[in-house]
Amino acid sequence: MKVVAAVSAASEEMPSVLAVPVDELIIGLIAFLIVFGALGKFALPKIKATLDERADAIEGGLQRAEEAQAEASRVLEEYKEQLASAREEASAIRTQAQADRSSMVEEAKNEARHAAAQVTAAAEAQMAADRAQAMSTLTRQVGELSVELASKVVGESLTDDARVRSTVDAFLDDLERQASN
Amino acid sequence: MFAEVVSVSAPTSVSAAGGPDCHLMSGCGFPAPGAEIFVFEDIFTLQLASLEFGFSKVALLLLLGVVAVVGFFTYAFRKPKLVPRGAQNIGEVGYVFVRDGIAKETIGHGGEKFVPFLFSFFFFVWILNFFGILPGAQLPATSIFAIPVAFALIVYFTWVPLGMIKQGPIKFFTNMMFPPGVPKPMYILLAPIELISNILVRPFTHAVRLFANMFAGHLLLATFSIAAFYLISASVIGIVGSVASFVVTVALTGFEAFIQALQAYIFTLLAAVYIGSALHAEH
Repeated sequence: MKVVAAVSAASEEMPSVLAVPVDELIIGLIAFLIVFGALGKFALPKIKATLDERADAIEGGLQRAEEAQAEASRVLEEYKEQLASAREEASAIRTQAQADRSSMVEEAKNEARHAAAQVTAAAEAQMAADRAQAMSTLTRQVGELSVELASKVVGESLTDDARVRSTVDAFLDDLERQASN
Repeated sequence: MFAEVVSVSAPTSVSAAGGPDCHLMSGCGFPAPGAEIFVFEDIFTLQLASLEFGFSKVALLLLLGVVAVVGFFTYAFRKPKLVPRGAQNIGEVGYVFVRDGIAKETIGHGGEKFVPFLFSFFFFVWILNFFGILPGAQLPATSIFAIPVAFALIVYFTWVPLGMIKQGPIKFFTNMMFPPGVPKPMYILLAPIELISNILVRPFTHAVRLFANMFAGHLLLATFSIAAFYLISASVIGIVGSVASFVVTVALTGFEAFIQALQAYIFTLLAAVYIGSALHAEH
């Protein structure tokens, strides 16, 4: 009986460790709600924003780098294109110049040929004129000489056929010599 | 209940458990610590309507915990920089741990929203546990059953309404009681078990798991530190025992530091699991 009384006294004095006093419970609830409220309202949104911003910055940086790379390769492509077109143009100009040069040479040659032909024609005309002049002079001289010869012949004895013949022959030889000269 | 607490005079220090002269061979039995080391006198009481609030060491520790957690993280995240330094670095590790290691991993889709909730639980419970080895405090506030019960209730009244909103008030219970992939007759057995284990047992085990670990750890530390004091005496066995007890106390303190973090993690992880089960019905 005594033991039982002691135990009951002890249990009366000593609450079970599994007892849940309402005041402690409420204090526990309030304590957590303060922590949750303060952190959830002020501290954590800030760090969340910062972490998001950082992730964004890293991702944005990567994206910017990618964009820059794309831009660089685009510019390089453009540059290459320009270079190729410049080369093409240069070669076209060279080809053109070559063509121009050969045409100029041809033109010069033609001109020269033309000039030569003109000179030749002039010379020929001169020669023809000279010849015509020579012919007329000769014809005139032949007449004069014929008269001279005739007078000589008349002056000589007409019976001497051989002399007349030789005189005529000599005249003709003389004439020929003159012509060949 | 409350009146009973007030009537108990709490021990003021470990040595007082058996009195300052209570040693081996001094005719004093080993003053093994018991449930009384978890009972504290009120520093003051506050009468609010019919309810009397006793402000004891537990409430003081809770207040300290609130100030420490809120103070540290408010300071650490006061002006967060893109390139973190100092306290922000430490705080960020904690945030990323809760976000990636608990919220995203356990809840999955939609977990990001619960990061502040889980973060608050993890660090608040951890600091309250840590008071168990903090010189001067030397009491894990979570070894007082009402505290884990309060926390477990908050978790319970978060995930149950959440599940009823997300899955529908009836569907929430039927999804829980009739998990897919089970032969139909098994539901006769399974449905009541699932309902009882999820709705009734879950909050209880959630609270008890944390409480019992902290309670046992604190009792163990108290026992060995009392033993180290008690065994101081002019005898070989006494000296050896005292030194051994002291060494064990130190080792247990290290072990407790680990258990405190682990239990805070487990408590938070379970909260995340419950929230996850409310958000996504079992498939």
